[in-house]
Amino acid sequence: MPSPAGDSPIHGSTPRFLSELKAGESARVIEIRGDDDLRRRLLEMGLTSGSIVRVVRFAPLGDPIELAVRGYRLSVRRDEASAVAVGGNE
Amino acid sequence: MAATTPRARRIAVAGNPNSGKSTLFNALTGMRQRVGNYPGVTVERHEGRFSQAGTDVLLVDLPGIYSISARSPDEEVSRDVLLGRIEGEAQPDGVLIVVDASNLERNFYLATQILDLGIPAVIACNMMDIAEERGERIDIDALSRELGVPVVATVGTRKSGVDTVRSALIDAAIARHDTWPLPGALESAVRTVADSLVAAGACPAMAAWGMALLVMGETAAGGNERWGISATVRATIASEQARLASEGVRDVASALVEARYAWIGEFTSRCVHRDTPESADETVSDRIDRVLTHKVFGTLIFAGVMFAMFVSIFSWAEPLMRWIETGQEYLQAGIHHVLPAGPVADLLAEGIIGGAGAVVVFLPQICILFLFIALLEDSGYMARAAFLMDRLMSAAGLHGKSFIPLLSSYACAVPGIMATRTIENPRDRLATILVAPLMSCSARLPVYLTVIGAVFAGSVWLKAGVIFSMYLLGTVIALLMAALFKKTLLRGPTPTFIMELPPYHLPRPRLILRAMWDRSKLFLTRAGTVIVAVCVVLWALAYFPRVSDPSPQLSGMTAGQSPVIEQRHAAPRATDDEATGDQLRHSYMGRMGRAIEPVIAPLGFDWRVGVGVLASFAAREVFVSTMGVVFNADDNDEASLRERMRTATWDSGPRKGQRVFTPLSGVSLMVFYVLCCQCASTLAVIRRETNSWRWPVFAFGYMTALAYLASLLVYQVGIRVGIGA
Repeated sequence: MPSPAGDSPIHGSTPRFLSELKAGESARVIEIRGDDDLRRRLLEMGLTSGSIVRVVRFAPLGDPIELAVRGYRLSVRRDEASAVAVGGNE
Repeated sequence: MAATTPRARRIAVAGNPNSGKSTLFNALTGMRQRVGNYPGVTVERHEGRFSQAGTDVLLVDLPGIYSISARSPDEEVSRDVLLGRIEGEAQPDGVLIVVDASNLERNFYLATQILDLGIPAVIACNMMDIAEERGERIDIDALSRELGVPVVATVGTRKSGVDTVRSALIDAAIARHDTWPLPGALESAVRTVADSLVAAGACPAMAAWGMALLVMGETAAGGNERWGISATVRATIASEQARLASEGVRDVASALVEARYAWIGEFTSRCVHRDTPESADETVSDRIDRVLTHKVFGTLIFAGVMFAMFVSIFSWAEPLMRWIETGQEYLQAGIHHVLPAGPVADLLAEGIIGGAGAVVVFLPQICILFLFIALLEDSGYMARAAFLMDRLMSAAGLHGKSFIPLLSSYACAVPGIMATRTIENPRDRLATILVAPLMSCSARLPVYLTVIGAVFAGSVWLKAGVIFSMYLLGTVIALLMAALFKKTLLRGPTPTFIMELPPYHLPRPRLILRAMWDRSKLFLTRAGTVIVAVCVVLWALAYFPRVSDPSPQLSGMTAGQSPVIEQRHAAPRATDDEATGDQLRHSYMGRMGRAIEPVIAPLGFDWRVGVGVLASFAAREVFVSTMGVVFNADDNDEASLRERMRTATWDSGPRKGQRVFTPLSGVSLMVFYVLCCQCASTLAVIRRETNSWRWPVFAFGYMTALAYLASLLVYQVGIRVGIGA
């Protein structure tokens, strides 16, 4: 996997969220917060903890986001992405 | 469990969206297909047949889904079919699970859910060619050993592996079925629930593991009521959940999803070997997306595609609609020629043929729109369109996929509403359906043009400005109403926009034509009957009771007019315009016009305009021909109608002698037409797409109220500030 420019802290104390990543950055999913339905939906689409996700691009108006996960492309809104806590990609 | 049909073996076909399921289904069944709907929901149901080695096989194609956890109508129907819970249908004898070889992990999420249900299964590992291109070598035999069911490598587009699938489906018996590994605490909990399900007789032992997983996921998601599971089992589930919670498993459903993916990751790593590291290089789709979702080019291309679609709905459809109209007129003339003049001939010609024409005339627009939509869907661009437009639509509480239905509704709300089928979330879909009729459709244009011609003598710019304002008004109100509905009536958990962006591929003509035809046929058979019925009723209201000297033709009141084509030729051909006008004025509809005059006078409408408004409930463009009849305009003469309307005065009441049509009353009338749901076809389609009369009644009610209040506001404020004259 391509590794991002080591700018993400791996300490659990300051988790980042998927919505904060820049285009081209990848990270490892730590957990999904937010409501149960959203969490299960995202999990079912393969965003399980430990999986690697990459932000491919943002839509022209800044929202939604295109992600690469498990070898396919998924789009989610920023709101939804902000429920996904991610850590640096070792 | 066992087959109830003596002859045909029933096999369900399941798989993720974009797994090539439809292509494989077509390859398996050829032309022997039938499309319909599942009872109570607007989920399309495709069936096909093939025979192999003396066995008849009936394939039931399920909608493309990612999970059977039943959070959308598609998922619910699929789960119910697989569990034999559809009314009047036995559980299928087997299931063909189609997985996308180039996206195995996510596809196996659904596939293993289905395998857990203990139904005889065959897995088609489809799109093997694409997986190979990506440098993946899939060991089919190893997969088959891991899962305990036959796995067949297929390439649906090349029909490779199709025969192997056919014979595998005939041979497939109940698969040797194993449980799969779960983390300690979970495994014992699922086992306990499975045992209690078997003990309660809720399902056979074979399906217990899968049912336990499904029920535990559902229960956690709050959907346990529908399952009809005994109190004992529910108590077991609750106590197991409490135990799990005490051990730190807070969300059982989520833990089960994670566990399944962990297991899938484990066995696929044993069966798939990669020549190159995963996603190391850019795929073709990535390169296309660089352009098509680009800030500038992507937006421009999208605007171009939408413009092309919109223009073709208008321009390609128009000649076809003209032909349909001409054909309808020939038929009507033929009937009058053959049958003696009288109510029977008139009913046949103007009532029934007119009504049928009102249905058929929509076909060109519907076909063209669905051709585009099928093309966009099949190529993969539809998901990008939603991706591009979602930010804009979400401001009104809608979904990116609401954009195309709403845009199409500028041409005609009927295909626009049918196009909402692409929106998965039922609330988003309903909100889109409810506001689509507010977009100014092409049937309103002749109304705007006629009224503007009668009340505005000014420059072209003024007229164009007025028309543009009407379009703008409809659009703004539609978005506001959508936002309002989403905040009140259709409030619910924040809808998600979790959408796959599938790889692009070349559209397959056969699939596209089939999708276009299937949808158009559903419109003809289901909505069509209602439209004809309404048209006949409205015809009768304008036809009866007869005045002493019956005029042979009242085609001006024919309900079936095209939304695009001018109405001049539909004006009465009777030599005596006065007699035709008299008939209408004395008909039930004429009386209704007079009866409602007190109600509509505050809007600036006299009873004759009221007749036009009433007649328009069949279809808006009927307004023009009705005005022609009610004001005794010369046949086929627009200028005459304009002049008659311009000089018409109130014939009774306090305003007697004043002009009926002033710029103010004209604007008030147009605003009414912008907002009012005067279209039987739209209501019939809403009924059809929502499977209930509640929503068409609601749409009709709120739009009529909105139209009335807005016109009242326009006219009364106008009068007060002194622009009434």
